[in-house]
Amino acid sequence: MEWETVIGLEIHAQLNTKSKIFSSASTKFGQAPNSQACAVDLGLPGVLPVLNVEAVNKAIKFGLAVNAHINQRNIFDRKNYFYPDLPKGYQISQMDLPIVGEGEIEIKIGDETKVIGVTRAHLEEDAGKSVHDMFNEYTAIDLNRAGTPLLEIVSEPDMRSAKEAVAYAKKIHALVQYIGICDGNMQEGSFRCDANVSIRPMGQEELGTRAELKNINSFKFIERAINLEIERQQDILEEGGKIVQETRLYDAVKHETRSMRSKEEANDYRYFPDPDLLPVEITDELIESIKASLPELPVEKKARFIAELGLNEYDADVLTSQKSLADYFEIMLKDNEKNAKLCANWVMGELSASLNKYQLDIENSPISANNLSQLIARIGDDTISGKIAKDVFKAMWDGEGSADAIIESKGLKQVTDTGAIEAIIDEIIANNTPQVEQFKSGNEKILGFFVGQAMKASQGKANPKLINQLLREKLG
Amino acid sequence: MSLSEQEVTQIAYLARLSLSETELKDNTKDLNAILGLAEQLGAIETDGIEPMAHPLHMTQRLRADVVTEEDHSELFQSIAPKIGNKHYLVPTVIE
Amino acid sequence: MSIYTKTIAQLAQGLKDKEFSSVEITQHYLERIKKSDLNAFITLTDELAMKQAQTADDKIAAGTSNILTGIPYAHKDIFCTKGVKTSAGSKMLDNFISPYDATVSHQLNQADTVMLGKVNMDEFAMGSSNESSFYGAVKNPWDTNKIPGGSSGGSAAAVAGGLSCFATGTDTGGSIRQPASLCGITGLKPTYGRVSRYGMIAYASSLDQAGPMTKTAQDAAIVLNAMAGFDEKDSTSAEQDVPDYTANLNDSIKGLTIGLPKEFFSEGLDDDVASQVMNAIKEFEAMGAVVKEISLPNSAYAIPTYYIVAPCECSSNLSRLDGVRYGYRCENPKDLEDLYSRSRSEGFGSEVKRRIMIGAYALSAGYYDAYYLKAQKTRHLISEDFKKAFHDVDVIMGPVSPTTAFDLGSVKDPVSMYLADIYTLSANLAGLPAMSIPAGFSNKLPVGLQLIGNYWSESKLLNIAHQFQLQTDWHQQMPQED
Repeated sequence: MEWETVIGLEIHAQLNTKSKIFSSASTKFGQAPNSQACAVDLGLPGVLPVLNVEAVNKAIKFGLAVNAHINQRNIFDRKNYFYPDLPKGYQISQMDLPIVGEGEIEIKIGDETKVIGVTRAHLEEDAGKSVHDMFNEYTAIDLNRAGTPLLEIVSEPDMRSAKEAVAYAKKIHALVQYIGICDGNMQEGSFRCDANVSIRPMGQEELGTRAELKNINSFKFIERAINLEIERQQDILEEGGKIVQETRLYDAVKHETRSMRSKEEANDYRYFPDPDLLPVEITDELIESIKASLPELPVEKKARFIAELGLNEYDADVLTSQKSLADYFEIMLKDNEKNAKLCANWVMGELSASLNKYQLDIENSPISANNLSQLIARIGDDTISGKIAKDVFKAMWDGEGSADAIIESKGLKQVTDTGAIEAIIDEIIANNTPQVEQFKSGNEKILGFFVGQAMKASQGKANPKLINQLLREKLG
Repeated sequence: MSLSEQEVTQIAYLARLSLSETELKDNTKDLNAILGLAEQLGAIETDGIEPMAHPLHMTQRLRADVVTEEDHSELFQSIAPKIGNKHYLVPTVIE
Repeated sequence: MSIYTKTIAQLAQGLKDKEFSSVEITQHYLERIKKSDLNAFITLTDELAMKQAQTADDKIAAGTSNILTGIPYAHKDIFCTKGVKTSAGSKMLDNFISPYDATVSHQLNQADTVMLGKVNMDEFAMGSSNESSFYGAVKNPWDTNKIPGGSSGGSAAAVAGGLSCFATGTDTGGSIRQPASLCGITGLKPTYGRVSRYGMIAYASSLDQAGPMTKTAQDAAIVLNAMAGFDEKDSTSAEQDVPDYTANLNDSIKGLTIGLPKEFFSEGLDDDVASQVMNAIKEFEAMGAVVKEISLPNSAYAIPTYYIVAPCECSSNLSRLDGVRYGYRCENPKDLEDLYSRSRSEGFGSEVKRRIMIGAYALSAGYYDAYYLKAQKTRHLISEDFKKAFHDVDVIMGPVSPTTAFDLGSVKDPVSMYLADIYTLSANLAGLPAMSIPAGFSNKLPVGLQLIGNYWSESKLLNIAHQFQLQTDWHQQMPQED
């Protein structure tokens, strides 16, 4: 039987506020255990939450960036369950009236564009961390993360393959960084994904029973975990079995998912409006001012790259796929406005290849955007040829200095002095009489031989355009 | 409607309470009596009435995003039942 | 006149006139507490009190004092006090030395008061008789076989029994007014949002409100001046100006319109209590007030509404007491579930467990609409009744409690106990300010008169109560001592 996969994602993005969502403790990552858990975060008897304005603003920003409806009156609820890293025995979240309502975002799969619906996005507090491998008989609780603001972004079940799910996740990941609400650091858990996966016979309208995959902390794992789950469900259904609605934990090391059913069954979250917090009211003015402060969104940037810089659709798409990449490219443009295409080629070519080879993010590139920009400028003003530029790039990658410094110290400056090139050409003509004869008898192709000889003699530094021009003059 | 002892056991579990035999019997009786009291509400017509979660019609005040808390973990942990490596300890949780 | 019979206003005058020092007053009270068998105190902070008294005396000498400087008080053990055990009357928090101060504790410290100790209460403020305390029942100073009322029973007994000049209380369904009534003192529950709830251990967050318990309305005004105010740490506290609550005490109440809800004088109200209340109303008429019968038709549903809303909130509020970060942890838990269920089962008393379970059930899947949501709607109707009533009247009056203090141990089933809250719950559900003032005696036990005002009308209520106390001496009565 042919199956269709249906996937919806729940993304938890930590909002990059300075203080927590309901307390004035710091959200800084990697501090001494429990040093950033204040009385409110610890849920001491008598403490009360007060909402952080920036958490609200950042949620609105996201809503506007996905063209969503902002609920101008939204409510915080308590989600009640017991877990040692949940200090109050409930998580403050939003159930019936989330801050962000329905919106949408476009993804690209190959040449095809697809719109994925965003069902809602709501504010909530993060839990602490449980460390299971510090002690033999104990689980150790660090509550530094407790109370960090989260935006939970829930998608419609609009994705039909693991690839689409990854494309959507990457799109959201890029977006939250573009609008500056989340640092997107997946290793530190700032951006986390849960996937609801189900399958159904092709053509069937009704959704199949879904499993929720938790704990997927990289794009690679999203794809793997979902494909694994699709296979598991197909095997069960094809053997006549039934899918059980459950939460499954993805184990990246063993490459397997396992059921957390035992925990799920007893859960009844008993949501109700948090009596310690009042309804949040968002004015039209606030929405307008946030709208006005929104930076250029990826779609807008892409359109501008095509219209104003003359990039093709593919290049513009790749260059805007990550904020860090677009930022890098735009820094280069400052001094290379006329060489946009050349900049794009170098970023997507040499630089990307080298970064891939060493598995580096662009943020950690050994060559800064300003340095690469200088190199492109030197190609642009004919100081060096594209070929020499590759050698300079290598030297820059190895940390030998800036483009100009390397060109200078290695004497790679293109020879544009007509006299010097003329001397070289004269010598070549004098030493290669048979080839001169061939050219004169109409063999145009032989010109390449002379160019090659001239380049060789100048150690690649002679300007090829000038060589061509002078050769034609001299060979008549 | 009346709660069975089994249902009361389930409710107690939700609240992470365990009840002895006698407590279960007594609570089943008491909870049913209290819920009986609550049944009176059925007599009131409440269609179209807004639920009232707060006595005042105020809206949420927002706090500036400023860090003012300092590290008081030593004081906080001095009253904790069990601490190790600056962590709160509980019996091992199996995920 | 002995020190323990004096009001705040009188003590402040005496301190100013160097009649006595704060150290002397404090010693006087500490000695009385140590001799007392009312079980009003959970923790006596005598060393701290003596230090605070000395500091107060220094301030008085330096001329930098205020009216509360050096005045001893009893603090309900529901308010967090830094470095001092804060138990909320529960075994669960018997070992809880609070690492921080509640806003109210801070405000009273700022006012240079002297904290004598932390007073007894029903466990987590759940109870109307003070019998649910882990530390044992408090006795009524008027008759030690009787309950003092609850949940602020320790506070009421301390003031009535001359163990403290004033006390703090909290009122979720009558917990200031009912014990004030049964012990013959003055108690005020302010408008919800008037006093900060930060650091006050939550029972039902949308109902809880702290207030003063005093000998007189004038004292209540003085203490409220120190307690009231906006607190940025409490999202539900109101950004509303705090007037000087003593400023209007002497206003005339001629022409005041008093509403008597007929529902407050129906079946269940003790005849003698009813006649004491009516005598007090007559006194007001004699002072020029006009009486009007009104109706609060939905107030009959206050009990079922309250006993759904409050348990729902408390079941969630008390989840943090899990034996992980503070408070009671059971011995040798074998796993996490065992840690949770034994710590909570051993740490909480039966009334608390009962309310937690009612709340957990009323919020659970399939029952939320029928119980919680329904109760929130009837709550709305109850508050609308008041809104309508206050179009026609300035203040609503009636009994606080259907009977005077009953015998310790005499009410065993929870529903009967809940029924005693019938007259006090509505003000909490609506968030209105309300008071209890001494209005007579029935069989030698005090009877309180309840005053319910419109939102933010504390000044008016205190004015009405003060005018009544100028004409009567019920509030000056104190239990006979052997």
